[in-house]
Amino acid sequence: MITALILIPLFGVVMLYLANPRNPRRIAFVTNAVSAFYALMLWQKFDVDLAKVQLIERHTWIPSIGAEYALGADGLSLLLVFLVTILFPFAFAANRMNRGFYALMLVMQSALYGVFTAQNFILFFLFYEMSLIPSFLLIKLYGGKKRDYAAVKFFLYTFLGSVAMLLGFLGIYFARSTFDFAQLVDLAKTGPLVTGRFAWFVFAGIFLGFAVKVPLFPFHTWLPDAYETAPTGVAMVLTGALSKMGVYGFIRLLVPLFPNEFRILQPWLLALVVVSILIGALVAWAQTDLKRMVAYLSINHLGYCLLGLFAIASARSTMAKIDMHAALSGVFLQIFNHGITAAALFYFVGLLEQRRGARGLNDFGGLMQRAPVLCAWMSVAMFSSLGLPGLNGFIGEFLIFKASFAVAASFTAVAVLGLLFTAVTFMRAMKSLFSGPPNPATNAIVDLRAGEKFVLVPVTLLMFVVGLNPQIVLKVFNSTVVALAAVFA
Amino acid sequence: MNAANVWLIPFAPLIASLSILLLGKSRRAIASAPAIAGQVIALTMSIFAFARTLRAPGYREVHNFVWFNFGDQSMQLGWMIDPLAAAMLLMITFVGLCIFVFSIGYMADDKHFTRFFAYLSFFSAAMLGVVIANSLLLLFICWELVGLASYLLIGFWIERPSAAAAARKAFITTRIGDMGFFLGILLLYHKSDTLLFYDNGHGCLENAGLLLLGASATAIALLIFCGAVGKSGQFPLHVWLPDAMEGPTPVSALIHAATMVAAGVFLVARLYPIFSAGAINGVTTSLTIVVWIGVITGLIAALIAVAQFDIKRILAYSTVSQLGLMMVSLGVGGVTAGMLHLLAHGFFKALLFLGAGSVIHGAHHEQDIRGMGGLRGAMPITFATYAAGMMALSGVPLVFCGAWTKEEILHAAWRWPVSHVPFYLVMLGVVLTALYMTRQMIYVFDGKRGPAAHESPRVMTTPLIVLAACTVVLSVFLTPAWPWLDHYLLGERAHVDLWKIFDQTILISLLLVGAGIGLGVFFYREALRGRRQDPFQTAQPALFRFLANRMWLDELYDYTVIRAARMLSRIADWLDRYFWDGLVRLVGLLGQLFGIITKTADERGINSGVDETTVGARGLGRVVSSAHSGQIQTYLGAIGLGMLALLLLYAWLA
Repeated sequence: MITALILIPLFGVVMLYLANPRNPRRIAFVTNAVSAFYALMLWQKFDVDLAKVQLIERHTWIPSIGAEYALGADGLSLLLVFLVTILFPFAFAANRMNRGFYALMLVMQSALYGVFTAQNFILFFLFYEMSLIPSFLLIKLYGGKKRDYAAVKFFLYTFLGSVAMLLGFLGIYFARSTFDFAQLVDLAKTGPLVTGRFAWFVFAGIFLGFAVKVPLFPFHTWLPDAYETAPTGVAMVLTGALSKMGVYGFIRLLVPLFPNEFRILQPWLLALVVVSILIGALVAWAQTDLKRMVAYLSINHLGYCLLGLFAIASARSTMAKIDMHAALSGVFLQIFNHGITAAALFYFVGLLEQRRGARGLNDFGGLMQRAPVLCAWMSVAMFSSLGLPGLNGFIGEFLIFKASFAVAASFTAVAVLGLLFTAVTFMRAMKSLFSGPPNPATNAIVDLRAGEKFVLVPVTLLMFVVGLNPQIVLKVFNSTVVALAAVFA
Repeated sequence: MNAANVWLIPFAPLIASLSILLLGKSRRAIASAPAIAGQVIALTMSIFAFARTLRAPGYREVHNFVWFNFGDQSMQLGWMIDPLAAAMLLMITFVGLCIFVFSIGYMADDKHFTRFFAYLSFFSAAMLGVVIANSLLLLFICWELVGLASYLLIGFWIERPSAAAAARKAFITTRIGDMGFFLGILLLYHKSDTLLFYDNGHGCLENAGLLLLGASATAIALLIFCGAVGKSGQFPLHVWLPDAMEGPTPVSALIHAATMVAAGVFLVARLYPIFSAGAINGVTTSLTIVVWIGVITGLIAALIAVAQFDIKRILAYSTVSQLGLMMVSLGVGGVTAGMLHLLAHGFFKALLFLGAGSVIHGAHHEQDIRGMGGLRGAMPITFATYAAGMMALSGVPLVFCGAWTKEEILHAAWRWPVSHVPFYLVMLGVVLTALYMTRQMIYVFDGKRGPAAHESPRVMTTPLIVLAACTVVLSVFLTPAWPWLDHYLLGERAHVDLWKIFDQTILISLLLVGAGIGLGVFFYREALRGRRQDPFQTAQPALFRFLANRMWLDELYDYTVIRAARMLSRIADWLDRYFWDGLVRLVGLLGQLFGIITKTADERGINSGVDETTVGARGLGRVVSSAHSGQIQTYLGAIGLGMLALLLLYAWLA
């Protein structure tokens, strides 16, 4: 069942090369439509009231090293499957490229479905790496200025992270001889997976792997270069979906498997994440390149996810149930909302860049008079990103802060400043882009075209709907939250 | 209109706002119709809600519901009607309606007429939401939407850089306060496990809920007060309010009278049980701080107002000063007095701002009062109504509503057991208010005929007349002889006692107001006969400059807080670009070095190794790019080596 979901984009790749169409994007869209249909079918089969992993497929694969072909989904997996399904067509709409671009993107999509549904580490890691190579090539082949440098940096960083993670898991395997997620989680409940000082190396390896991916300060320096140079569609997917692999890894593996390490490191990790939140917003404020600005804000927003997780991880035994549930729900919501909103922001930056040929903060001015509809819609995405209540960003952040405040009030109080600096950053951007007398250089800028509106209507509607009625997203994973909270407690 | 349906009141202007946006620019002629209709519907429903609260003294009705579930927990929201909410509903919808009607005339020539009415309706909806909220979370949501609406409206003339800057300043300054508010919500939620105000004995404002707060009530109250300081323009976050004058004048009226600034005072009144939790003699730490913030704000703003020349800025500072007065009143325990002053202020300040709008409109967009003068003849209706507003604001006793509420605040301040200093400072504020309003009247309406001006059209003067009438009519419900509104808010029945009018303080306030107006007439009337130099400016140039420049507070913030934050962001950027990334490159270079050494060891060309070193400065890409183009085995080798190391480590440690 899920296997088919993973195969559909690959089938699209085959089609791209067999049919050799004049308009490869059309085939990519059709593939996405099939994927979307299939994802909805999965949802039909999925029982949201059941807490356990569902739609399981399990086959022996390489029994000698304990690698099973095991796929399955719980509420969190399903949420991420939806997110990927929404993001890819959105990203395809951003650029018109050649066949190779869509082929690589579809491979990445397939890999993402695999990462979020794999139930065994070897399989997980396979998909994890399978997403890395296309993203490296996409930056390297289709990127803007500095693409070679950025691509190599991106590759090295994430690859070193992956190697560290792999070694960590091998360490666990030596001690416990299993790669199965469910078994590992069960084992971790009974006692530490690996004992002694060795546990710290294992922890550090896996931590590094996911921290680079999210990214968490100070493992983030690949991100601004990669996002800046990547073509719009790739940047959208990198921030919207690929960064979530890191967060997903924290939730699925790191937090459940290493309770002791998190407890001991609590203040350090919280300090790191608070720094990450503040640095992301502060550095974004100093950027004059819009794409870099949005890139840094991603660090800030994903920091909130990790804040929620670290709060749980460091105080799981003493945490009130309501806080535990708030933290997990908030993190899941934030995963989804950041995916949508950050992608939308990159999309808008792409639109501006296409029209103006530049994307500096000072290359525009008075846009509100040239393209009022574009400005209005872009403002919605910006307000969503700065956490305005009524739009999607707010609830997730509120729930995360609610939980982290209960556990670590002082860290949270500092982290809240991140909300302020995000607002300052966006206010500055809106002022320089939209207001004032029109910049003569923007004379040729046209307002949103019908096709662009067609793309943006569903995304913008989603921001409003989730903001006003978050229940439609929450109900996908409420049972999973309860189950995970029980695992963590 | 029961509590379950009360959401329809903000919903009406919200729908109006959306429908105007959907109508688009082309339907200019009818753009104001949905806005007016939405406001009329909201007003009608508010009257029904008000009528419901008359059933019993202290009537309260709530309706709570689950907004969403997270895990197996649920987040509840709710709305309610009680005297506080109902009185605010009436004021907001009625004053709002007057402002909407006035705007039809005032904004008639504006290019973005439709957008303006859409924003106005949205503003009204958000504010109505604040008032009916029975949940601190819902209140905060609407509170932030009020902030958004004010951002849109202050920056309405977006092509003006000053308007855009003022809008940004308003949004950010209030958000600074809101961060405190947000933390207050978190702390309250943490302590009481609910954000509902009233919930059959389990709400956070009910006794059981308040007991849960214990000693943290002070911290919660003060954090939440930060939000009120931001929105209600209290010192030190008041700096955005005078700049907000960049918006069209009806917006100023709306912000300064009916909506935004009222929200902060309303918030304190709504959460009064938390502020007064554990009070001894009605005094708590949090309330004492509220008093002093209010006193400082009231006095500073009144002083600054004396030295301003922009007709709207004078009114803006007077608003700040009056809000300070309301905070004092709430802090010393006069909750009803403070709220009544807020309601009365809503009427007469809207009147004054619309009057100022009429003056600006009639005087061809002149805003400097030195450029006006003698408008009494040209604009008789504006003059008469403005005079009514001015007397209500100054607190001329007996027939104007502002007088009674001010009186009551003075009473409350006198009874405060902690100190009498606020009482005396409030009295000083009353004198100053009368003084600067007299000054403004003389500058604008008195003296020789200024530049050509014309009376505004009926659509603008009618709201003025209605509001002026209200300032008088309202006083009937406020006299100490029959303090009906007072007791309505307190939840008691009012009794008639005519003798109460002749309280001893009425003489004091008569004296104070008389002094203020008298001094004003004495100083300005004579001085302005001849030259147009401000007499105060002539007498005390240094002091005048200090006040005219708003005590250089904006500059102070610019050079301290804003500079520091900006610097912090630059430093963070620099560190990120050079330090952290530099570290990474260093590691990269080390890796490169390692690669070179292995290469040399492999004896695969010593010469090429030297070459590599010379071009090493070109970055870390080189070795890697050669690696990824085929030499995957290097990586596999690295993994193999790592595994070996891991095994050894494992054997050694475990």
